[in-house]
Amino acid sequence: MDERNYTSYIVGFISSIALTLTAFFVALRPGAFQLSGNGVFAAILVLAMVQLAVQLVSFLHLGSGEERGPRFLIFAGTIGLVLLIVIGSMWIMNHLNYNMMASPAQMRQYMNAQQGF
Amino acid sequence: MNEIAIEQGRVSDKFVFGFWIYLMTDLIMFSVLFASFAVLRGATFGGPAEHQLYDLANALTETLVLLTSSFTCGLAMLAAYRGKQGQATAWFAATFALGAAFLGLELREFFAFAAAGNTPQASASLSAFFTLVGTHGLHISAGLLWMLVAIAQIRLKGLSPFVVSKLKRLSVFWHFLDIVWIFIFTIVYLMGHML
Repeated sequence: MDERNYTSYIVGFISSIALTLTAFFVALRPGAFQLSGNGVFAAILVLAMVQLAVQLVSFLHLGSGEERGPRFLIFAGTIGLVLLIVIGSMWIMNHLNYNMMASPAQMRQYMNAQQGF
Repeated sequence: MNEIAIEQGRVSDKFVFGFWIYLMTDLIMFSVLFASFAVLRGATFGGPAEHQLYDLANALTETLVLLTSSFTCGLAMLAAYRGKQGQATAWFAATFALGAAFLGLELREFFAFAAAGNTPQASASLSAFFTLVGTHGLHISAGLLWMLVAIAQIRLKGLSPFVVSKLKRLSVFWHFLDIVWIFIFTIVYLMGHML
């Protein structure tokens, strides 16, 4: 959308408010939306992603202007890095916890139970 | 439009592109803070869990205030493009007021946490929380300072292409902070509430 256009900002503002309030009520009253625990997490993440897209187009005008090609390319690359950092960290740190050597007391209990020492 | 104006238009677009690259590096910094928050949020060191601390109504008010400030910032830019000095100043002043209100709400929450003994050094979870949300707050403070300078420039120099190009970068910075806050609101507050 053109950056010198009122409609772009008004549409962006109203849909952002609507998306924020929807996410808020989904988190507050998951029962009203027939969602389970993981369903709520997924729903509010999707709502945040939609809001990201709305604000990128209507406030930051990604996709218009002279430098739109390079601007979009470097943005897409950055999102790739962000996903790698966040998902990679969570994956590694959760498994690190799981694979960490147990305390001596836990180790004794494990050996007693599993190996019959 | 004469040739000089076109040339200035190009220069200003190049500046915005350079500033965009800076914002992307800033985004990577925020993503590292989000990652450490996600990893450490359970490490409460026997202290209260997050969802017992957050005031969701406060977080929602902060979000709505910041969203509105993003909108008024856009209106200020539209006035600046149309060369309306008075309107641009007024909308930037409104954006400044809303940004200051946001910062006030955030600091009130921080002080309420600290008053109950939940300081950053109380647990890894709280360290990660204060670092993530506090870094965003620092950006907002820098943006508020920048906005005061911008308003002074509009008053002193008028809406020359040079000043408008600066205003454009300020508005891109402000909209960017709004987007980062949407993810703080979703991941820290809403998800914390459901844990």
